[in-house]
Amino acid sequence: MTTQLPPGMHIETVDEKIMTLNVGPQHPGSGHMRLIIKVDGDYIVSCDPDPGYVHRGEEKMAEYRNYIQNIPHLERPVIHDSSNILYPYCLGVEELLGIEVPERAKYIRVIAAELNRCIYILYWLAIYGIFLGHSTMFMWPAGDRELFIDLLEAMSGARVTHAYLIPGGVRNDLPSNFEERCLRQVEYFEKRLKEYEAIFYQNPLLKARTEGSGILSRTDAIRLGTTGSVLRASGVDFDVRKKEPYDVYENLDFQTIVMKEGDSYARSRIPYLEMFESCRIIKDALKKMPKSGSVRTKLKPNPKGGNDEVYRRVESGRGAIGYYIVSNNRPEPYRVKISVGSFRNLICMPYLLKGEKLGNMPAVYWGLNYWPVEADR
Amino acid sequence: MNSGTEKDEVKDTAEAHSTNSENTSRSDSMSKDEAKKFYEEKGLDLSPDVPVKPKPIPVFEKSLADKISSKFGNKIHVDYVRADRIRVTTKREDIVDVAKFIRDELKYDHAESVSGVDYPDSSEIEVVYHLGSYTDEKLGRQIFALATRVPREDVPNPGSDGTRTPSLRDVFYSVEFHERECFEMFGVYFEGHPDMRRLLLPEDWADIPPFRKDFKIKGR
Repeated sequence: MTTQLPPGMHIETVDEKIMTLNVGPQHPGSGHMRLIIKVDGDYIVSCDPDPGYVHRGEEKMAEYRNYIQNIPHLERPVIHDSSNILYPYCLGVEELLGIEVPERAKYIRVIAAELNRCIYILYWLAIYGIFLGHSTMFMWPAGDRELFIDLLEAMSGARVTHAYLIPGGVRNDLPSNFEERCLRQVEYFEKRLKEYEAIFYQNPLLKARTEGSGILSRTDAIRLGTTGSVLRASGVDFDVRKKEPYDVYENLDFQTIVMKEGDSYARSRIPYLEMFESCRIIKDALKKMPKSGSVRTKLKPNPKGGNDEVYRRVESGRGAIGYYIVSNNRPEPYRVKISVGSFRNLICMPYLLKGEKLGNMPAVYWGLNYWPVEADR
Repeated sequence: MNSGTEKDEVKDTAEAHSTNSENTSRSDSMSKDEAKKFYEEKGLDLSPDVPVKPKPIPVFEKSLADKISSKFGNKIHVDYVRADRIRVTTKREDIVDVAKFIRDELKYDHAESVSGVDYPDSSEIEVVYHLGSYTDEKLGRQIFALATRVPREDVPNPGSDGTRTPSLRDVFYSVEFHERECFEMFGVYFEGHPDMRRLLLPEDWADIPPFRKDFKIKGR
């Protein structure tokens, strides 16, 4: 007798040699998601990612709130990188409402975004370190992250959830003597960052575990539509900050980090090298920023968006974030779709883990620079 | 796509603030002139929220749009051509051919996102593919939006009703998870997708697809 199953459901056949493991959703090694891994002995035969445990319906909530009310909740998917996830929303709403942003605000936004990128990468690096059994690499980035948190706290008043970027500019101006303080801390951090190289990236144990594991070829990286450090580790020179510069990125001096290897080591090294570039951007922006002037274009109360749609994207710590905002002459958006780097990189997880040893799973998984909460939205 | 002139907008805003004109105790019950005066005194302007500025049509984007319209003629509709953005709508029967042309001739190589947009008034759901390119230098800034509309049923039965469209997974591999998300959130079934399962929602979700407009958030 055959049973008619509804679409989307299937019956799984069991092979006695193959064991199925549920990694997560509570396991710290997987974050807030589940990986259904099948192993033959010590080797992974297949991997089926099962996200959705922290789905909060950000896109649905955005349809019920007006353009300004949406700001605090849209940063929640990735609070460590809150400026970068709000950035494309602000750019999109500005395009929709036809708002011009003051020059000084553009520079402040770039500084906030780069400080936030460092905060995210340091947080990610701490987790990556501890899951490879390197506890020093947990302590150091977690401690150095405070430098940037302090700076953003001085800018916005909040330690983690800043909601600092708003359509029309930034919420408030920089505090007095912020420039000197920021410069001093960034210069200290650059010196500190060089020490990471010797203790972590030249560590033979790390190299043994990550070099040559989870190789993603250039063709596959493009075909699977990966983004961010995963893409650049596979030899594709693509960074939204360079390819489609937003605000003042085209005036600033930095370069894209690209590596050819495509393995787990290259993927973990690219964010580290990008922190040097972020420091360069911050220093350059502090130099070129207008010393005074408005930081915010006042919006009309409850502005309506016209009958239009926009798609804007920026480069975040985990790859491109794109916002697709559809408006229908109402103060609330009709539809907001957030296309995030973590969700786009999720697709290569089954490819990379196939054939790996189970013990190497965290090295490949965390090397993807993947943030489950962001992927779920 | 901007509709509504400056005049309309002013009228509209003033009207919105002059509802309930019988109920004189409410502070927002003002006539149009009173409302206008009130806002002028407060220093708030009543100009339209979106300034209507004609923008020049960019040359490179126009050439791409011309290429695709000369190939497909009236099978497609070019919705807009703007700086770095092109949007084309097509019927669902033609979407695979159009997508293949975009991949092979226009050199777009991956999908950034697949969005569903629900239009209950016209009984349709729109599926929008945002395509980009990594390999072509000139297309680095570009996003190509390819849209199609599928019929929408008032009582959805995801996977078994007429809300279906051909999958683009064989053309753009990267849409795999995006289409799965669109399936569970809007109930659009993608024919030919090898793994049309739920992704984010729990297996025992028994309500209607949650991103449809008739699914309301509690308390809102």
